[in-house]
Amino acid sequence: MESWRSTPRVFWAVFSAPSFWLVAFFLIPLSLIWAYSFGEKTGIIDIAVTGTLDNYIRAFEPVYLQIFTKSLWIATLSTLICLAVGLPVALTIVYAPPKAKPWLLLLVILPFWTNLLIRTYALIAVLRTRGYVNFGLEWLYDQASWLFQIVGLGGLGAAILGERFEPVEILYNNGAVLIGLVYVHLPFMVLPLYAALERLDRSYLEASLDLGAGQFQTFWRVIVPLAMPGIVSGLIITFIPTLGSFLTPDLLGGPDSTMIANIIERQFKSANDWPFGSALSFMLMYLTFGALALRAFLGRGRSSGLEA
Amino acid sequence: MTDAIIEIADISKAFPGGVRAVDAVSLSIREGEFFALLGPSGCGKTTLLRMIAGFETPTEGAIRIDGVDMAGTAPNRRPVNMVFQSYAVFPHMSVAENVAYGLKMDGVAKPEMARRVEDALALVRLDGFDGRKPDQLSGGQRQRVALARALVKRPRVLLLDEPLSALDAKLREAMQLELVNLQKSVGITFVVVTHDQDEALSMADRIAVMETGQVRQLAPPAELYEHPNSRFVAEFIGKMNVIEATASDGVLTGPGLGVIARAPDLGDGPASVALRPEKIRLNMAPTPALGKDEAEIEGTVTTVSYHGAESHIYVDAGEGVLLSATVQNAERDAAHRVKRGDRARLCWRLADALVLKE
Ligand SMILES: Nc1ncnc2c1ncn2[C@@H]1O[C@H](COP(=O)(O)OP(=O)(O)OP(=O)(O)O)[C@@H](O)[C@H]1O
Ligand SMILES: [Mg+2]
Repeated sequence: MESWRSTPRVFWAVFSAPSFWLVAFFLIPLSLIWAYSFGEKTGIIDIAVTGTLDNYIRAFEPVYLQIFTKSLWIATLSTLICLAVGLPVALTIVYAPPKAKPWLLLLVILPFWTNLLIRTYALIAVLRTRGYVNFGLEWLYDQASWLFQIVGLGGLGAAILGERFEPVEILYNNGAVLIGLVYVHLPFMVLPLYAALERLDRSYLEASLDLGAGQFQTFWRVIVPLAMPGIVSGLIITFIPTLGSFLTPDLLGGPDSTMIANIIERQFKSANDWPFGSALSFMLMYLTFGALALRAFLGRGRSSGLEA
Repeated sequence: MTDAIIEIADISKAFPGGVRAVDAVSLSIREGEFFALLGPSGCGKTTLLRMIAGFETPTEGAIRIDGVDMAGTAPNRRPVNMVFQSYAVFPHMSVAENVAYGLKMDGVAKPEMARRVEDALALVRLDGFDGRKPDQLSGGQRQRVALARALVKRPRVLLLDEPLSALDAKLREAMQLELVNLQKSVGITFVVVTHDQDEALSMADRIAVMETGQVRQLAPPAELYEHPNSRFVAEFIGKMNVIEATASDGVLTGPGLGVIARAPDLGDGPASVALRPEKIRLNMAPTPALGKDEAEIEGTVTTVSYHGAESHIYVDAGEGVLLSATVQNAERDAAHRVKRGDRARLCWRLADALVLKE
């Protein structure tokens, strides 16, 4: 760092291209959208930035507020499910034999290398009425009713299990959205948790066991508190993209599964209301900033206790 | 003496990859003693200690504590507690919470817990530190917390892995004394792992010297120092001059040195003679009357290394024999009398020379 500072020419040679890229394709478009959010539509494609707050006021209309709240709920819930699933997964990887570790990590990262759309359609194939989950359930149904037949209780079997196998409707509702969001965002949770747990000094766990604590006590009283920075990171890194998802609710959800990002997409496409879409986008941004600020705040409060 | 509290029978530990960290070690540790495991880095001390604590499973052999075989007993169910090399004081808990942790796990009632925590903190002279967080403590204080946290559980045996290695020299010396006093006052058996022979000699009742996974010698400090059973132990404990000598007719002669030791039972052939530097006298002038049971050699002073209370004088006696003698600086400015390049005579009692058969 020091040497870069003392030789500004090298610094510019290395950083001018990325800086230009960042400014041209990220900061400028973002500023434009931000400006639009204070604008009005004056024609099919014309927007006048008038400084109006109408778009933001409209964003607080009950319809949108309700979708915001619902999105927050779904994002929160799927983030928490990710945590509940991700923590054991991360622990398993940390304590796996050294040779298995890179392979297990690869399994977690692998979905990142596959297109989201493909993964989502694959999930549909698994969850739909004639999908693998239902095939599995049907197989179980057949086995169970066959068992009842064998013991001569076919009638009782039919009474308990039903006359015919009824496929379970998993797709196109809020549950499916939740499953999809957890599936897509699990790696975002597992990786920071893994990093935090991997850093954790084993002697803390051994000290806890040595002092008479069982595995369960050690988990709650030592591992979780010491991994808290990783848990907070994981929660936030998972929560932010979950809140902004639009593909998953679009493809897996039912009519009432719309999330805020779907509304935003609609504004930019079918509704052709860029100013309102921009305002909604920035509402989402402000929420994200809020979450990040919360992490910084929590991080500051805790970091003192977690060194050493 | 009292009964064995820990019996280690023929224990081995092979790590995946083929390292035999501990190799057929048998020893017993007596109730109430201060026992040290001493050896160079990588000799398997920590592994042996961790097997006693239950963090490593022996590949072969058995460990009995109080006569009970510990195979299959989890660490949290063994009547031993451990002080970790890194102390492992929980950073998210206060000093008092750290010390109370083990009692809480045992389901000790609140009032008794408070009393015992207070006593334990007083024992390690940390009264008044209850509310502090570990990052507000010095290294020495953190170590006391680790000690208190283990002692408060009143274990049958306290295992300490290099307890003093993270402390600076001054503090280490003070803590050595303190640990010994603490051990005598609580009466708990201590097993200390260390690679510092000075520390082991000054603290332990008995020391097991280990090398490459095996115990080379197990003896009280003075016996270990004065009667090492091998060249390894001789050179590992304290400073030692070793001269390659030849034995014939019960006397050993050094290369061009004359008789330097006596060993009536030793067969003829090459042997090593070991001499502690402090057992060698340094004379600048020829000795008026050399005793019959003494040896003397002459050489040139090559180095004088000054250590305050004493100086180490290195003398080259020719034929590749380099000896060091320790001289007490009993008088002020005495050290200046010996200079590099001086001729000097070294003499010692033949009985003080140790013959090592390898
Ligand atoms: N988990 C492990 N897997 C493989 N080899 C190990 C493991 N733990 C220790 N070893 C090896 O076993 C040998 C003994 O290790 P140990 O930690 O017991 O040594 P030590 O005497 O405590 O050394 P030090 O004084 O450096 O702490 C070393 O060669 C080490 O590399
Ligand atoms: Mg060690």
